[in-house]
Amino acid sequence: MSAREAGPGPARVLPGEVRVLPAGPHALLVELADGEHAEAFHAELLRRRERGELPAVREIVPAARTVLIDGIDIGGGAGLGLGNAAGQRAPGARDRLARDLASWRPEPPPREGRAPVEIPVVYDGPDLDEVAALWGVPAGEVAALHSRTAFRVAFCGFAPGFGYLTGLPEPLHVPRRTTPRTRVPAGAVALAGPYTGVYPRPSPGGWQLVGRMPDPGALWDPAREPAALLAPGTPVRFVPVGESGRGAGDVRADP
Amino acid sequence: MTPAAGGRLYVVRAGALTTVQDAGRPGWAHLGVGRAGFLDAPAARLANRLVGNPPDTAVLETTLTGCAVRPDRPVVAVVGGAGCRVTVDGRPVAWGAPVRVPAGAVLDAGPAACGVRGYLAFAGGPAPDPVLGSRSADLLSGLGPAPLSEGDELPLGEPASAGPPPHAGPVPWPGAPAELVLPVHPGPRHDWFTGAALRTLLTAVYRVSPHSNRIGLRTEGPPLERSRTGELPSEGMVLGAIQVPPDGRPVVFLNDHPTTGGYPVVGVVPERALAAAARAVPGTPLRFVRA
Repeated sequence: MSAREAGPGPARVLPGEVRVLPAGPHALLVELADGEHAEAFHAELLRRRERGELPAVREIVPAARTVLIDGIDIGGGAGLGLGNAAGQRAPGARDRLARDLASWRPEPPPREGRAPVEIPVVYDGPDLDEVAALWGVPAGEVAALHSRTAFRVAFCGFAPGFGYLTGLPEPLHVPRRTTPRTRVPAGAVALAGPYTGVYPRPSPGGWQLVGRMPDPGALWDPAREPAALLAPGTPVRFVPVGESGRGAGDVRADP
Repeated sequence: MTPAAGGRLYVVRAGALTTVQDAGRPGWAHLGVGRAGFLDAPAARLANRLVGNPPDTAVLETTLTGCAVRPDRPVVAVVGGAGCRVTVDGRPVAWGAPVRVPAGAVLDAGPAACGVRGYLAFAGGPAPDPVLGSRSADLLSGLGPAPLSEGDELPLGEPASAGPPPHAGPVPWPGAPAELVLPVHPGPRHDWFTGAALRTLLTAVYRVSPHSNRIGLRTEGPPLERSRTGELPSEGMVLGAIQVPPDGRPVVFLNDHPTTGGYPVVGVVPERALAAAARAVPGTPLRFVRA
């Protein structure tokens, strides 16, 4: 039948395991044990697509511990409802790909390589004291600990330009606020669970705000190529800066 | 060529929600950018063909109450999709067929008599600047041109040189469904629900909720009970995904849906079945059937 036989599956996928779930006639949701395995699987998918070893797909969407492959055998823009021909094709390509994917055991991607994108931050967020208390350090230490961390964009979502950045060690993970804010300003640098994120535009939000990026417009600019500063896999470092946004830490002049 | 070479459209009456839509911007979901695009693609493409445009040219998509616009050059237009009264400077003209609108005249698409989304196609099409290759408004992410307001101006593109096709006899516009039937492919998270919930989904009669919008078709009906508690970490969402929020009422994701989400998806409605969902008025009986 479909990519996976019906029946209750395990609650969690074991490390090294790959669970392939159907998501409609033209999509597969690949579930991995955790974020690191999902990142490795995503990187492998991109490598194989680059080498022309995948069938045409429209979207590859990494997330917390899954990778969605959508528009299988429909490809670029052409399949958008154009056709009933494409829409009614039997999901043979999907099921062949599902069998193939289930056998992959990709290695985690190498950590070195690209220079990190540097994001200047004024560490003066309204939740700085609370985060410091949760971390068990003086408020003045938060900037040092946070900016010392090598982050990577695990995945994007929520809004164009918003990346879910991982890299903080588990003792520094913090819960969401019990009461979300109705308005978080653009540029807010925020923590929740294993993630750090920077709000590209004002929106409601429940993450803990530790600082702000002085020029949040750089996060997302559809007129620029690429539009997003942060794409899945991008290495990121936060650079503490002073009030003006050009403090002592901002030693590197980015283009 | 200046942007206004094809003339302009002035918005005289914006209606409840009128947006510019084309085939949308697939391929950017990994950056948190959704598909957007016309909800009733067959109707939008037919309207474009009837004015001589390539099928994926931008159109105006109206919601229940229509809209009125005034071009500053003569233009061939078609009002299709949801059935409605159409006038040019107050005089009744044909719905669903090409109409010549003189420069400065007001083309008015009235409230929908049946269906929800109306489509106004113009030779050359409305041509605001594309964002990531598409002129579509995305109401969730805010990309693309904002929904129209009274007094707005939109540039019109240059009409294709061939002009509208010769009259080709009656044209089969799809109507609004008396009962909406949506086929469902189970998964990816059907195992988060009880067996009884899955039976309920495939046997109960739901109704289209008035809270439906371009993001999702919301439903009224029996809630679906989960067999598993706890949170699902964010995962990628497809167009047509039937997401079940904590209140248990299924939501069918339409074109402006979020690219990732944390509520379990019990099943997926194939894309080709979603145009009917875009036409179903609030209160329409809705059945989910196994695909």
